[in-house]
Amino acid sequence: MRVSSDAPASGPIATGSDWNFDILERFDEVLAALADEYRLDTYPNQIEVITTEQMMDAYASVGMPVGYHHWSFGKQFLAVQQAYKRGQMGLAYELVINSDPCIAYLMEENTLMMQVLVMAHACYGHNSFFKGNYLFRTWTEADSIVDYLVFARKYIARCEERHGTHAVEQLLDACHALQNYGVDRYKRPSRISAAQEAARQQEREAYLQTQVNMLWRTIPKPLEKSETLPGGFFDEDDPLGLHEGGRYPPESQENLLYFIEKNAPLLAPWQREIVRIVRKLAQYFYPQRQTQVMNEGWACFWHYTLMNRLYDDGHVDEGLMLEFLQSHAAVINQPEFDSPYYSGINPYALGFAIFRDIERICTAPTEEDRAWFPDIAGSPWRETLEFAMRNFKDESFIQQFLSPKVIRDLKLFVMVDDDQSDTLAVGAIHNEQGYRRVRNALSAQYALSLREPNIQVFEAAIRGDRSLTLHHVQESRRPLERSVYPVMRHLQKLWGFPVHLVSMDEGRVTHRYRWPVEEGDGEGA
Amino acid sequence: MTYFIDRRPNAKHKSAVNRQRFLERYRHHIKRSVEEAVNRRSITDMQRGESVSIPTRDISEPVFQHGPGGKRSIVSPGNKEFLEGDRIRRPPGGGGGGGAGEGKASNQGQGDDEFAFTLSREEFLEFVFDGLELPHLQRKPLKTMEEIKMVRAGLARDGVPSRMSVTRSMREAYARRIAMRAPIKRALMEAQLALAEELGKDSILRNPARIAELEAEIKRLEKRIASVPFIDTVDLRYHQLAPEPQPSSQAVIFCVMDVSGSMTQNHKDIAKRFFLLLYLFLEKHYEKVELVFVRHHTAAREVSEEEFFYSRETGGTIVSSALKLVHGIVEKRYPASQWNLYVAQASDGDNWDDDSSICRDLLIKELMPNLQYFAYVEITPHEHQSLWHEYETVAKRFSERFAMRQIFEAGDIYPVFRELFKRRLTTSS
Repeated sequence: MRVSSDAPASGPIATGSDWNFDILERFDEVLAALADEYRLDTYPNQIEVITTEQMMDAYASVGMPVGYHHWSFGKQFLAVQQAYKRGQMGLAYELVINSDPCIAYLMEENTLMMQVLVMAHACYGHNSFFKGNYLFRTWTEADSIVDYLVFARKYIARCEERHGTHAVEQLLDACHALQNYGVDRYKRPSRISAAQEAARQQEREAYLQTQVNMLWRTIPKPLEKSETLPGGFFDEDDPLGLHEGGRYPPESQENLLYFIEKNAPLLAPWQREIVRIVRKLAQYFYPQRQTQVMNEGWACFWHYTLMNRLYDDGHVDEGLMLEFLQSHAAVINQPEFDSPYYSGINPYALGFAIFRDIERICTAPTEEDRAWFPDIAGSPWRETLEFAMRNFKDESFIQQFLSPKVIRDLKLFVMVDDDQSDTLAVGAIHNEQGYRRVRNALSAQYALSLREPNIQVFEAAIRGDRSLTLHHVQESRRPLERSVYPVMRHLQKLWGFPVHLVSMDEGRVTHRYRWPVEEGDGEGA
Repeated sequence: MTYFIDRRPNAKHKSAVNRQRFLERYRHHIKRSVEEAVNRRSITDMQRGESVSIPTRDISEPVFQHGPGGKRSIVSPGNKEFLEGDRIRRPPGGGGGGGAGEGKASNQGQGDDEFAFTLSREEFLEFVFDGLELPHLQRKPLKTMEEIKMVRAGLARDGVPSRMSVTRSMREAYARRIAMRAPIKRALMEAQLALAEELGKDSILRNPARIAELEAEIKRLEKRIASVPFIDTVDLRYHQLAPEPQPSSQAVIFCVMDVSGSMTQNHKDIAKRFFLLLYLFLEKHYEKVELVFVRHHTAAREVSEEEFFYSRETGGTIVSSALKLVHGIVEKRYPASQWNLYVAQASDGDNWDDDSSICRDLLIKELMPNLQYFAYVEITPHEHQSLWHEYETVAKRFSERFAMRQIFEAGDIYPVFRELFKRRLTTSS
């Protein structure tokens, strides 16, 4: 298994662009040895060679090897297929799944260089990230995700048989609309495992239903006066004190799907289970959405390092190396904001730049670095890099490690767009006064909590008309997009009773939405 | 630890179900696009797929999102001349230097207002003929001549060497060898036992003549055993094929068109589309569809497709000549017991006045009893003439199987076609 990478290589393993399984295995052996040398801790790899068609299939199902059926995946597939046919987009050369073993796809059309690059990038880069990063360690179960997907697919297929495709589709539509609000942000979710899941599902079904019934059937005894929550109801509205029992839930709930699964009065047991499935899968993808820059940056860093080692050790020739440098340059290219090719910050470019910069700060620190990063300047680079990979997400990673040099290299600047002023203002640029503000702004840009509107369940009127009230706390006065209405409709479908949404800015109500829309509603904005 | 797996032989089209779900969900949109395409395209063109677009807003999957407004900071790369505190006029269309945060959601699809994708040919035709049904589709008893398939029918003692069944032949040979050797072997064993007994006797009591006799017998038997052939011609077995009539349904379409002077090329194009639609439609339902082209002015002729559509004749019109010819061809080549017969007639409605009643009688007495369906389209913006009125009486008589419609221009064909073949919900006796 162990191949000493110091052994003088007798010429490159292979040249040209053709590959076969023997060659790939030999490259993998060398890569594995190098990864060992760099102490990359990875899951076992399962490398699957697939065709273009299959890659498009994989794309459409968010890269998962199995998935339940839903039209939105079909839409995704058609979009990919169309774009690919027209040549508007090349397929990604690789797809990698956070599972144990870590499944990576190689496309058969790839050249030899591409296959080696993908193996370095996915099978050693992403793989070690999945295994090491704290978010993935805490929130996902790499060893059981594929099993869980199988369970989900079977369960949903059975529901379709029993209750009709249409009913299931409607339910999934509603759940998908809320899936970003189906994650626990602060507490660790319970483990998911297919075997237990199937066994426990029946039990849970019955139990859940009794819980819900109890909640709605019994009229709870009013609580003691002292337990009334602040911000509750005014006395004039409730002279008899009927509402003094406090609101339900007593604290706002951020996980809308969880709240619905446990509390929606009218859902049938199978519907609750499907809500749960969507919620679990959203939770599984939650870390990925928070570590895009880091994950890609880490993988790029390692493919770059490993490929260079392959060349230095004589395993590949100049031709392959030149081909590699060209595609590497394309991957980490960052068009400037006024370029026609600009479509936001390229996470590959940003992540790669930061990781490379950390290595530089460790191995060749400048005065500036010593001032900015006194604790890591000059430290052993491999340990520092490992620490950065393990313990951060995009938001905190940028906050912690974006150096003035990277800001200068990318010429980052902050533009402030305030609808109360007629002009855009340049908030900060890459100079001494600006570094910190650029860093803060970029960090905030990757904070999921700021990117998505902050919406929580405020109250379910279990003693009243059973309506559900959500609160949206506005961030920098930013309003909700018009898509709020269709989403509210979906929410109302799940809840079964009227749904209210209150937008608040610094404690002041700015907008009230409700579904179903009633006549005479002050619709606007 | 690394495993390599070659998944290429695995099934592709994993997304086929999801794709179908999508098509099903947006059936309305897609159908509208397909119908437009049918009207727009030349029908020779029907054999390919179609690109369909649906407004993005109709298929969006809504989520809670920030809308425009409020205050936000955007970090962008590539600063050139900006300094802190610079004020810049808001670019038209709002937004700053491209919102890196929110921009991503809309990057999928085309980025336009239309979601475009391509239907395959099958899907396209499926939509074209959606909701249509053949009136009175009958499975006719089958013609034996052509539809014969050779199927395996066990084994036979003779056949061509290429179809020899080696295993069965060897098995036969083995059985035969056992059968032929058994009595000899039994005799041999007896002889050997007798010999052994004889030899076991005291040397004085031995009978040398008996010993010699037994030894000769043994030798003879051993020779006989050796001479049993390992394989013999009687052992050979051959796979046998037997002809079996295959159930199949077949149809023939008679395309009848007036090519007299009054029919312009435009009329013919319209007629052609109608015939081709019919052909495509029937092709989906029958394994085999034949086309017979009959054109007529004052006399009718059976012609090739090319000639049918593109040659021009002058003169008057006698429709009955064509109907007579069709009848003759049916009698001669397409017995109604074996073929589903369809007649599609296109005309501008002109006919010799006294010929129309002959047509009516011909149809009612000779043709209609055998036909699956008769579709008549009249391509004219003018008043109907005698032919239409006579046909109306036929239509009354065979309301289930006789259909007639008027077409004004190319765009009408498809709706008319749909109407002629629309799925009938009630079955009247």
